[in-house]
Amino acid sequence: MDSFIQQAGFGDIYDKVRSGQRLDLEDGKLLYETNNILALGYLANIVRERKNGNKAYFIYNQHINYSNVCTNLCKFCAFGKDKSSDLAYEMDLNEVKQKVRERLDEPINEIHMVGGIHPDLPYSYYLELLQGIKEVKPDIHIQAFTCVEIHHLSELAGKSVGDTLEELKTAGLGSIPGGGAEVFNPRIRKLTCEKKLPGEDWINVAKTAHRHGLKTNATMLYGHVETIDERLEHLDILRRTQDETGGFLAFIPLAFHPKNTAMADLSRTTGIEDLKNIAVARLMLDNFPHIKAYWVMIGPKLAQVALSFGADDMDGTVKEEVITHMAGADTDQALGHKTLIRLIREAGREPVERDTLYNILQTY
Amino acid sequence: MERITEKVLAGERISGDEFLLLAGCDDLYKLGFLADTVRQRLHPDPYVTYVIDRNINYTDICISACKFCAFFKAPEEKTGSILSKDELQQKISETKELGGTQILLQGGLHPDKPLEFYEDMLRFMKSLDIHVHGFSPPEICHFASLSGLSVRKVLERLIDAGLDSIPGGGAEILSDRVRQALAPRKCSADEWIAVMQEAHHQGLRTTATMMFGHIETMEERLEHLQRIRDLQDLTSGFTAFIPWPFQPDNTALAASHDIQKETAFGYLKMLALSRIFLDNVDNIQASWVTQGPKIAQLSLFFGANDFGSTMIEENVVAAAGAHFRLSEKEIQRLVSDAGFMPKQRLMDYTLV
Repeated sequence: MDSFIQQAGFGDIYDKVRSGQRLDLEDGKLLYETNNILALGYLANIVRERKNGNKAYFIYNQHINYSNVCTNLCKFCAFGKDKSSDLAYEMDLNEVKQKVRERLDEPINEIHMVGGIHPDLPYSYYLELLQGIKEVKPDIHIQAFTCVEIHHLSELAGKSVGDTLEELKTAGLGSIPGGGAEVFNPRIRKLTCEKKLPGEDWINVAKTAHRHGLKTNATMLYGHVETIDERLEHLDILRRTQDETGGFLAFIPLAFHPKNTAMADLSRTTGIEDLKNIAVARLMLDNFPHIKAYWVMIGPKLAQVALSFGADDMDGTVKEEVITHMAGADTDQALGHKTLIRLIREAGREPVERDTLYNILQTY
Repeated sequence: MERITEKVLAGERISGDEFLLLAGCDDLYKLGFLADTVRQRLHPDPYVTYVIDRNINYTDICISACKFCAFFKAPEEKTGSILSKDELQQKISETKELGGTQILLQGGLHPDKPLEFYEDMLRFMKSLDIHVHGFSPPEICHFASLSGLSVRKVLERLIDAGLDSIPGGGAEILSDRVRQALAPRKCSADEWIAVMQEAHHQGLRTTATMMFGHIETMEERLEHLQRIRDLQDLTSGFTAFIPWPFQPDNTALAASHDIQKETAFGYLKMLALSRIFLDNVDNIQASWVTQGPKIAQLSLFFGANDFGSTMIEENVVAAAGAHFRLSEKEIQRLVSDAGFMPKQRLMDYTLV
C-alpha cells in the first residue's frame, strides 16, 4: 500500500497523517488538487478509523421545516420564499405538533427543525414550537435553529445570544444544527447571500452556544463560486474554533444543488468533488469527532462509498426532506432504517444507531 | 494477499482461487489500487472513451420470460410490438444528427419471425450507413433453432446482410445452475460461448457482459469470468467487458425472492475484481445507466476506462427502475473532472 501512496505526490502529508500531526493549509491545497482519489481516501480513512474505528453511525430522525418564508433569499437556495410568494408557507403550532403526533409510534429520537428568517413571526412562536414538541413527545431531542436563526431570535427577543439560548434551552432546545455556515469568506457571502449573517457572527453564535453547553454541527456549502482557498479558510476557521471550544460534533459538507436557484446555470457537483470534500475535511478537521456523508445531498450510493473516504456518519432516516429537494435533489425523501443498515454493512462497516450527541443506542 | 498483490503488480495472471481470496477482501482501496494498476498498464494514456449510440429494441415480444427482466411482453399478452421500418429510419437519422456512429440492436426472442426478417432489417439499416452492433448470442441461437440452420450459417447470413459486431448481452451469469433457475429458455452458457467463438472466427468483434447481484454465488461469478478469459485467450475477439448489477424493480425475480439491489460498494468491488482477473480484455466499461453519474465517475478509479455509450435511447434497464440519463457534454465533464481526457470512440475502440 505504501508504494501506491508514495506515488501520489503528497510529500510528507502521509507521514503527518500517520503520526497524527496537524496538516497546514498548503497540505490541504495539495489534497484538494490531487487526481488520486484513492490515495486521498486512504489517507482520510486512517484518520476516520483512528477516531471512529469501524463504526458507521446513523440516526432515526424527523425533519420539520416550520416555514420557508425568508428575508435573506440567498442565491443558492430554492427553499426560501418571499412572504408574498404563492409558494410561501408557515406552520402554526398545531401543525408542527401534529407532525410529531403522526409519528409517535416510530422510534424517532431526534427532531431536526429549521426554517427561514421570517419577517414577522414573534419570538414567542419559536419558544412555543419547542415547548409544543416537548409536550407531544417529552423525551425527544430537538436539534433546531441554525446559528443564523438563533441570531435572528436574539434580535427578536432583544436579548444577548447567550440569554436567548438559555431561554431556548429551557423551552426544549437540545442542540444546534450546522446550517447557514455556507462559505464564511465575505466575497462569497456578498456574491451569494448578501443579507445573511456574516461568517464571524455565525462563529460567535456557535461559540456562545458551546459556552452554554449546547453542542452544534458545522457545514460548508461547496460546488458554486467558491475557490479551494476559500474552502480551506472555512475549514481553518472551524478548526480554530473547535480548538477553543470543543463544541462541534460533526462537520457536514453540503453539495450545492443548482436547480430552481438563482444560480441554476451552474452544474451539479460530481462524485469526485463530493468525495474530495469529505476526505479533505476529515484530514483537515483533526479535532472534529465526526464527518457526515449526508445521503440526501449526494445520494445513498455515494454516501455509502464515502464511508471509505473519511465519513463515519450517514445522517438518518430524514423523513420529508424539503430543502434540497426544492433544488432538484433526485434522492428519496426518506431512507428506511433497514436500507441504511444494509448499506453500512455492505460497505464492511459496523452499523451503529446513535442519538444526536452520538451516544450509542444500538449496534447491528 | 501479499502474493496476489505482487502478482498483479508484476503483470502476472491471478488464479481462480486467488480471485476468491481477493473477493473476500473489504479493503476498497486495495482493490482500487490493483485494478487501477492494471488499467494504467493497459491504457497508459489518460483517456476515457465513450461511444455515441442508441439502443434500438426491435421488439419486446419474447418467449424467454427471464425472471430478472422487466422489459419483455409474452406473445400471448398481445401487448408487445415490433418496430416498423419508418420508426427504425427515424431513430437512425436522429442518432446520426446527434453525431452517433452505431446502433445497439437487440430485441426479444420473437416466436415466429424468420431469419429473412432480420436479414431484411440489417440491409435496410445498412442502407442508412451506420454501424450495426446487433443480436446478442441468445438471439442468434434462437434464430438458429427457428430456422433449423447452424449458428455458423446464421452468422454468415447476418454478416452478409451487414451485421458489423455483436453485443455481449444475454450472458447474465454464465453458469447453468443460475441460468436454469432464472432463464431456462435462454441459451446455455456453452451455447453463449460457442456463438461468441464462432463470431470471433468469422471476424466479428464482440463485447461481453455480466449481470450480477441476484442469486449467484461468488464462485459462479468466477466461473463466468473464467469462461470469458479462456475464450479470449483463444480468439482475442472481445473488445470490452461490461459488468452491471441486476435491477430488481418490476421483475418476477424480485417478487419471488428477497433480493436487494446491489450497493455501490458491491458494484465497485466487482468492477475492480473484473479488471484484475480479465487481464486479456482491453476495456472495462462503467455502467452509468445503473449506477448514476457519481459512481460511474468514481468507477474510473476502480478499473473502468470507458464510459460506455451516451444511450440516446435505453428501454431495458429503465423498465427495471434505472432512470439515469447523461448527455455527451455531461459525460465529458465527469471524465475531465476526474482528471482524464474524454475521447469519442467507435465500437472497436478506435478514436473518432
